[in-house]
Amino acid sequence: MAKPIEIRTSPHLKKAISVDQIMRNVVYALLPICTFAVYQFGLSALVLLLTTTTAAIATEWLFARISRRGNTISDWSVVITGILLGLTLPPGFPLWMAAVAAFVGVALGKALFGGLGYNVMNPALVGRAFVQAAFPGAITTWTPAFAPGRFTEFIPSTFTTPFMQPVPVQDWVMSLELDGWTGATPLAMQKFQQIEAPMMDLFTGMVFGSMGESSAVLILLCGLYLAVRRMLDWRIPVAVMAGAALTTLPFWLMDATLYPSPWFVLFSGGLMLGAWFMASDMVASPVTATGAILYGLLIGVLTVVIRIFGGLVEGIMYAILLANAAGPLISSWTQPRVYGAIKKARGEG
Amino acid sequence: MGLISLFQRHRTFAHGIYPVEHKEMTADKPIRRLVFAPELVIPLAQHKGAPAVPLVKVGQEVVRGEPIACADGHFSVPMHAPATGLIRAIALAPTADGPKTPAIYLKVYHAASQAVLYDLERDVDRMTAEEVIAAVQDAGLVGLGGGAFPSHVKMRPPAGRLIETVLVNGCECEPYLTCDHRIMLEQTAALIRGIKLALKATGAKRAIIGVEDNKLDALAHLRQHLPPDLPISAQAVKTKYPQGAEKMLIKSLLRREVPAGGITADIGVAVYNVGTLAQMGELLPQGRGLIERVVTVSGPAVLQPGNFLVPIGTPVRHVLEQVGLRENLGEVILGGPMMGMAVASLDVPIIKSVSGIVALEHEDPDLAYRKVYPCIKCAECVKACPVSLNPSMLGELALARQYERMAAEFNLDQCFECGCCAYVCPSNIPLTQYFRIAKSINRDNQK
Repeated sequence: MAKPIEIRTSPHLKKAISVDQIMRNVVYALLPICTFAVYQFGLSALVLLLTTTTAAIATEWLFARISRRGNTISDWSVVITGILLGLTLPPGFPLWMAAVAAFVGVALGKALFGGLGYNVMNPALVGRAFVQAAFPGAITTWTPAFAPGRFTEFIPSTFTTPFMQPVPVQDWVMSLELDGWTGATPLAMQKFQQIEAPMMDLFTGMVFGSMGESSAVLILLCGLYLAVRRMLDWRIPVAVMAGAALTTLPFWLMDATLYPSPWFVLFSGGLMLGAWFMASDMVASPVTATGAILYGLLIGVLTVVIRIFGGLVEGIMYAILLANAAGPLISSWTQPRVYGAIKKARGEG
Repeated sequence: MGLISLFQRHRTFAHGIYPVEHKEMTADKPIRRLVFAPELVIPLAQHKGAPAVPLVKVGQEVVRGEPIACADGHFSVPMHAPATGLIRAIALAPTADGPKTPAIYLKVYHAASQAVLYDLERDVDRMTAEEVIAAVQDAGLVGLGGGAFPSHVKMRPPAGRLIETVLVNGCECEPYLTCDHRIMLEQTAALIRGIKLALKATGAKRAIIGVEDNKLDALAHLRQHLPPDLPISAQAVKTKYPQGAEKMLIKSLLRREVPAGGITADIGVAVYNVGTLAQMGELLPQGRGLIERVVTVSGPAVLQPGNFLVPIGTPVRHVLEQVGLRENLGEVILGGPMMGMAVASLDVPIIKSVSGIVALEHEDPDLAYRKVYPCIKCAECVKACPVSLNPSMLGELALARQYERMAAEFNLDQCFECGCCAYVCPSNIPLTQYFRIAKSINRDNQK
């Protein structure tokens, strides 16, 4: 006996794409960047990424259970949050703090809003912002990239006992006997000493800083992979970069010794990762094409404003969070003109 | 021609989607007849407007082509006997729409001839516009593209409106369907006669045939046969769904938009499907009524897909038995797969609006792309909606049951249920169905 015929409503065809496919592809696109971070910073980077991802998944699981939402881990979105969070942290960041960041990001940034699709801000950045405020020392403690022995030993601060002060890394760094190590990231060097790192180093990632402040070219390629597969709106990263470069340009033209060059702004710090992987977060960005451009430009402008005029050396995180908050407003401002809409005379509407 | 068209950008509208066409299954299958079904079921409401009124009694004999029901007023059309036989009953019959509606059951005689026995030849060139409009109604013609809107009503626009342009819709943007493609190739003379009649009846100054650029053979064929002394031209439009929706075709060809809540006559346009006009050109000179139509029978569950001239009232089951089915028959759709209706029973008859029967197979139940996720605001639906709505927002409002707000603030009434949003949605949210429900609840509340 054959199965009875089915009845569904139109459309009876469905494009073969689903949320978990998109999310999984974002994870694939992030893996080369993770690999490069591990290559740069060694074992500590690896366990840091594993910690943030595991903690994020555990938090998602916990809240899905509490709110009886069923299995929400299988949509893969929380894996992205975990990886992205890991990439925004310094490589020697104590693991327990990273776990706290992941918990806060997923719990406050996502679960309390209603889970996937309802978060107003990027959960990874919510977690990052929390630990920036809670652990200002640890979040600005940088360790050198390409340290010898990075694949056999951990950065001492990695395994700090929970709720204790991080183990100081100065002695460990000194023991590496690196030439010219000042502990200042390229962003800080530019901001406080007006020394720009060589462009080639920024391009290829021969610098240090946060885990994901790595090779601009690598991030660009990974982002392009998603854009080509239509799993990322290219307008957003392009607008972020355009906004940042155009805001820098007049200052740099005025005083090239004091202000960073547009290309330095583009390729240093977390701008590239933020533009391609965090600003482009579908949930927290406007749905209209014009809105996406405005939102991206806003992020670019705010980033540079914070970098040049703010007390912080990096501004991409707060720029994205602020623009996330403005997202719904931008969306409602930029609703497209509906087919056949009759123009209202002034005063009539 | 082929090489030039590669570089040519054909006219189109904004947004839309590109579903896999599957037209190769039947595009080269010429229109063929099938044997009569033993019994035909002719619903009295096959069109928009008032149902037809039966003229026959149970037990009466009718010949193929004879009127069996008359129009109920201006906004209605008559029905004609699709075969010679005996009226068995006038009773309720299942339809694709759901509720059973009154229908005439016609028992077909065993050796009934396919020749039409009831006609009245006349010289259409000497008919006035009013006579043509009356003849179109008498022929029972309705929009054969799927709309089933009485054709003569569109020829007489409301007071103060003038039809300047007749658009001839040869887009056939639904996947699988090729009946219009075959009509343009095989019934060219009748089609051109139909366009002439439509020009005369509406008083329009010109006619433009719009053909999607996946049917350039039909376009070239039409251009070869267009009479040089008539203001009829043929244009290619981009192959993109829903190019064949009349609002989209108007935008593509004329760069104009039908005002919200208005009709095409508001901007001086009447749109006719190629199948409708081919039937008009075929039936009017002979004084006949619409008793059969071309139907594409296709889909993965069909063994011998093709294009068939099917008598109105033929049960879907009869047609499918002729073409053969695979074991794994899943869904049977009347019309195209994007906007067509799945039938609950194969006893549903083919009516005037049915352009295709698409039989799909059962899907793998584990297919990930049927699982519904929350909306992730990916904006694919916003980029797909041909009338530039915000389906993502509308979907959220529908979940919150804010149906009135959907209409008042987000233009729900402009949605014509083309299905683009639900097609692209990676969260598999049944957006189109949400909007259908919202619209019908709003309609009920207005009463």
